Amino acid sequence: MTLATFPADEPKPSWTRYFSFNTDAKVIGIQYIVLAFFFFLIGGLLAMIIRGELITPEADLVDRTVYNGIYTMHGTVMLFLFIFPVLNGLNNLLIPTMIGAPDMAFPRLNAVAFWLVAIFGVLLMASFFVPGGPAYSGWWSYPPVSIQNPLGHLFSGQGMWLTAVALSGLSSIMGAVNFVTTIIRMRAPGMGFFRMPVFCWTALAAQSLQLIGLPSLTGGAIMLLFDLVAGTTFYDPAGGGDPVLYQHFFWFYSHPAVYVIILPVFGIFSELFPVYSRKPLFGYVYVALASFIIVGLGLIVWVHHMFPSGVAQWMRNLFMFTTMLIAVPTGVKVFAWLGTLWRGKIRLTTPMLFCLGGLFNFVFAGITGVMLATVPIDLHVSNTYFVVGHFHYVIYGAAVMGIFAAIYHWFPKFIGRMPYEGLGKLHFLLTFIGANLNFLPMHPAGLMGMPRRVSSYDPEFAFWNVLASLGAFLLGVSIIPFLLNMISAWVRGPKAPHNPWNAIGLEWLLPSPPAEDNFGEHVPVVISRPYGYGLGKPLVENQEAIEQVLTAADLQEASR
Amino acid sequence: MTTAYSAPSAPQEHGGEHDKHNLTGFIIFLCSESVIFLAFFSGYALLKTSALDWLPAGVEGLEWHMPLINSIVLVSSSGTIYLAERAKAKGSLWGFRGFWLLTMALGAYFLYGQAIEWSGLDFGFTSGTFGGTFYLLTGFHGLHVATGVGLMTLMLIKSFIPGNYEGGEQGVQATSLFWHFVDVIWIILFLLIYVWQRS
Repeated sequence: MTLATFPADEPKPSWTRYFSFNTDAKVIGIQYIVLAFFFFLIGGLLAMIIRGELITPEADLVDRTVYNGIYTMHGTVMLFLFIFPVLNGLNNLLIPTMIGAPDMAFPRLNAVAFWLVAIFGVLLMASFFVPGGPAYSGWWSYPPVSIQNPLGHLFSGQGMWLTAVALSGLSSIMGAVNFVTTIIRMRAPGMGFFRMPVFCWTALAAQSLQLIGLPSLTGGAIMLLFDLVAGTTFYDPAGGGDPVLYQHFFWFYSHPAVYVIILPVFGIFSELFPVYSRKPLFGYVYVALASFIIVGLGLIVWVHHMFPSGVAQWMRNLFMFTTMLIAVPTGVKVFAWLGTLWRGKIRLTTPMLFCLGGLFNFVFAGITGVMLATVPIDLHVSNTYFVVGHFHYVIYGAAVMGIFAAIYHWFPKFIGRMPYEGLGKLHFLLTFIGANLNFLPMHPAGLMGMPRRVSSYDPEFAFWNVLASLGAFLLGVSIIPFLLNMISAWVRGPKAPHNPWNAIGLEWLLPSPPAEDNFGEHVPVVISRPYGYGLGKPLVENQEAIEQVLTAADLQEASR
Repeated sequence: MTTAYSAPSAPQEHGGEHDKHNLTGFIIFLCSESVIFLAFFSGYALLKTSALDWLPAGVEGLEWHMPLINSIVLVSSSGTIYLAERAKAKGSLWGFRGFWLLTMALGAYFLYGQAIEWSGLDFGFTSGTFGGTFYLLTGFHGLHVATGVGLMTLMLIKSFIPGNYEGGEQGVQATSLFWHFVDVIWIILFLLIYVWQRS
């Protein structure tokens, strides 16, 4: 018989560990998330400038060339420095605790992957200050625009952009190898794949996509860098090259990248709906497997980004078909969540509100997604604000709201304090209204023909743009209650018990915050499927004994 | 404050487990790495089949005799590294070192042959997409060969640390896997660049 102590009798770790090369996955997770939100503010500021420019039809706020740099950097920062890092942060916090592992499989590699993000973040920010300004060719960096270097400097904004994206790729591959190895090899005894929480399924699916897709972008970017600095002509028609080749490389990764973003959010929805409906996840096996069907299909849809790029008609038809097919596994998930909610005891806490809002936005984005997959519609609205509206619904409306839900849900676990419900609900209300007010008017403007990436436009689009800009400013305001909530809860929020939401899962059988090595040597044996809400079946062996110890520790902590 | 409870789980083994993570992680990485080559190969094929003038002016094609010898050298090094691993499995550390060193020598000879070939060519990196893809593919592969030789050097040095190679050692396995990978890539590359000359 072995004994474990809760909480460990260790001195309280110093806050300086968040600024050091720490190999604890929980520290790295928080490092990722905090750094990501720092860049979220920068990317958001750039968005405010864009919407400020577009509130009037004339180009009056910033110079046109500066505007090109601003939207390029907005997209780059939000994707590579906000959303991927914040998701990797959640992976770091949740994967080891959910599967009962003491840490990631490769803790040092994990830390290197994090610090690479910080390094390329600085590099990308530095590109604002080089002669010629930052990259201005959009976040796709299509040649021939992206292989121009008019000033001839070695440190051009575009060159720095490519270096930063290459470093981001390196960091993501390190992360993906680590997450996949951890999930495959370090699960708790008794936790077969079909007893694994759906978040781990979706993380496994998303990270597999990274491993398959990302090298294609890396290869394409290496060739682009040579075209830019060494004078090769891979993408330059003047030397026999083909600019469309880059589009293939780029979208072979960057379309699956959308699934890399949204799959973990599906995981978050699948974790949270059962908790706040007090019902098992409807169709657990199908929800889990649908993730991998999305992976398989997600790899063969990339040409739908290139319908206007002069690809053959048979390719258009084929990729239209595969793209529409993706709605099937996604629909399976949506109906599974609805089935979970159906006649459940729904609790409208902040995380639940964000999940419901995110699901609403996701369904809307899915509908416009199927519209965009249709070749004739795509040719009509390609490069218009309709597309911008569509992917902002996916990425802000669904993914970012899902991430907020996850943060409110697991904050007590990893910080050990409770966030404030009132501020959280205010944050939700502002985010939901702001996001819809911002992104919905982009659809009619796009259908009417307003092109994206312009700083001045025909006055007939003015009405929709004013609405969108007001929505954007509301989103800007919405971040204030969030930051207030996070900071004040972290500093002086009420102490969190080990399981404030009455959730089922290995991570809720740990004290809040967990010890550095989680369960250490005393990993519980999993004896049933996750999400056994209302079934009365224990998740692990000796669950009652573990709960008793944790509750006693909670009481002792509260009486201090 | 201390509270205790009885933990039910069976005692877990941690020592040997971790090494297996390394091999798993390395295999996952190799799968991912192969996609970069796949991207380069498909880019090469696309550019080649769609080119109007594939060969730059004054270039007749690629001489394939010396690269063929080079290929034979590299492919046979896959055999010697297998023999090295077998020797190690049988417990003959000196046999392992001998075959390992032979593999390194063959790898180094391959790089030498590549350098000789490069220096004798009358086209450069910027000679259209033909020159660009040729140097990109052979250069990127050469970088992997050099990395492989570097890894082997590391493993050879580690073999002299007493007790290092008694069971559970995954570095040798990973290096050998990497070497076979580099080898297979070369065979595809040789077929694509030297055998498939006419566009």
